[in-house]
Formats: sequence, C-alpha cells, structure tokens
Amino acid sequence: MTTASVSLGASVSSQSRFMQLALAAFLGIFVMGFVGFSHIDAVHNAAHDYRHSMAFPCH
Amino acid sequence: MNLFRNVVFIAAIAGLVAGVVLACMQAYATVPLILKAEVYEQAGGGHSHDHAATAATDTTAMSTAAPAEAAAPAEDEGWAPADGFERFAFSVLANIITGIGFALILVAVSEFAGGIGNWRHGVFWGLAGFAVFTLAPGLGLPPELPAMPAADLTERQIWWWATVAATAAGLGLIAFRKSLPLAILAVALIVAPHIVGAPQPGSYETAIPEGLHHQFVVAVTVTNLVFWLVLGAVVGVVRGRFTGTATSLRDSFA
Repeated sequence: MTTASVSLGASVSSQSRFMQLALAAFLGIFVMGFVGFSHIDAVHNAAHDYRHSMAFPCH
Repeated sequence: MNLFRNVVFIAAIAGLVAGVVLACMQAYATVPLILKAEVYEQAGGGHSHDHAATAATDTTAMSTAAPAEAAAPAEDEGWAPADGFERFAFSVLANIITGIGFALILVAVSEFAGGIGNWRHGVFWGLAGFAVFTLAPGLGLPPELPAMPAADLTERQIWWWATVAATAAGLGLIAFRKSLPLAILAVALIVAPHIVGAPQPGSYETAIPEGLHHQFVVAVTVTNLVFWLVLGAVVGVVRGRFTGTATSLRDSFA
C-alpha cells in the first residue's frame, strides 16, 4: 500500500496537512454526533425517522 | 486552509448527493415500517413517544406528503415536526447534513491514506464505511423500531461509538500495515466490542411482530449499504475532477 501524498492542496506542509484533515474529520464527527446522537428533545424528534433508519441508538 | 476547504467542498457535494439518495430510499423502505411500528406502540400504550399520537391516522403520509393535522406533540417530549410533509422534510434535512458529516470523515481519513482516486476506489472506501458505521454496530445493536425494548440510551451510544472506533482502527491496520502481529491485533480490535457485548434491555418483550422487525433490519442494512457505495463513488468522481491527478492514484488500493 503505497501512500501517495499530494493532490488536494499539494503545497501544504505535512503538519498543516495533518491539522487540516484532522479538523475536517472532527467537524464531520461533530455534525454526525449532533444530528444522530444529541439528547436534546427537539433535535431527536426532528431527526427521529432518520435515527431509526440509520440504526443509531434511539429513545 | 486550502486543503481543508477542498475537503469540505468535496464532502458537501458527495454528502448532498448520497443524502438525497438515502432519503429517497428511506421514504420507501424504512419509514413505512417505522410508521407501522408506531401503530403498535400506540396500541401498547406504555412507552410514550413523540409521534405515536398521530401515527395511526397517518401511516401513508410519507408517500403522499399530505399536510398533517395540527401537530400533536406529546406532553413531555418537546417540539416535534408535524406528521406528513414537515416530518419528511426534517428527515431529508437530517440525511443531507449527516451525509455531509459522514463524507467529511470519509474524505479526511482517505486523504491520510493517499486519497480516493476514482469511483471504483471510492466504492471500496464506501464498503469500509458501511462495515464500520452500519455492520459492526448493527451486530450488537440491531436497528430498532419504535416501541422495542432497549437498554439505557447513553450506554448504547457509548458502545456504538466504541465499536465504530475499534472497527475503523482494525480495518485500517489490516489495509495499511503489512505486519502479521498488527493484523492479529486488528482482528482482536474488531472482535473485542462483541465479546464485551452491547448493552441489553432487561426484557425483550415487545408488541412489534418479529417479521416486521426482520423486514426493518434488512431495509436499514441495504439502504445504508447503497448510501455508502454512492457516497464513496461520488467522492471519487468529484475528487478526480477537482484535482485532475486522479490517474496517479488509480491503483494505490488493492
């Protein structure tokens, strides 16, 4: 498995690259966690059918 | 933040496409089963639930998008979208938003491994996403219908996240490390959550017929599989167009 770096934002340093990708991943986890796992009633009710349909723990 | 911007851009397009596809599949495959289950839930009386009050009279709302009667929120569960179009609209919104969330995770993680070069490459990444986010947690916590017995919510959510993390780490080790001990560790990581076991309810008694639940498990699993394949493929296509260097990555996986 050769890891070809490059492509998206080819010129960034490896440290900056790591930070930016980590930031994007955490943003994704946060978005998913909020919609799918938040205990706030209104959020749960709004996304209710979605949560069941994704097999997220619900109720 | 050039790279970050590119990742978000690709994830937004892929999440939008895959989220809309998933919402359409759910409207036909899973939501009708949820509405059926809510009829049983209402008949059973016990566990209070936000949509139970109107579900019995509105089981076809998803396909007809009929405007529902005035929202009848349950006493203690706060605001809920009115059945019918509003409820459907919020489901679509949730699908798109979390689709983008899943896509952000997928694109960011795959960039660490060299990036998704084309749509076929993306399909494999999509399969991995399906295994991590649907298959592995679904073994211990099968998709539930409303009114089904379940253990404490927070405990189940913790088990769900732990299983996702362990499975992702395990698959990553198998795919990107060429060492036997690490491969064995990977298998242990994937198996461990299931040895610990998912939190189980005190009693399995439910008003939901076995057949209905089985249908639901199949529907959820298949719709999620298609979602992940579409998500991965679209990421591959968009990223290829975006970078113009896709060809160099074509055979970097398997």
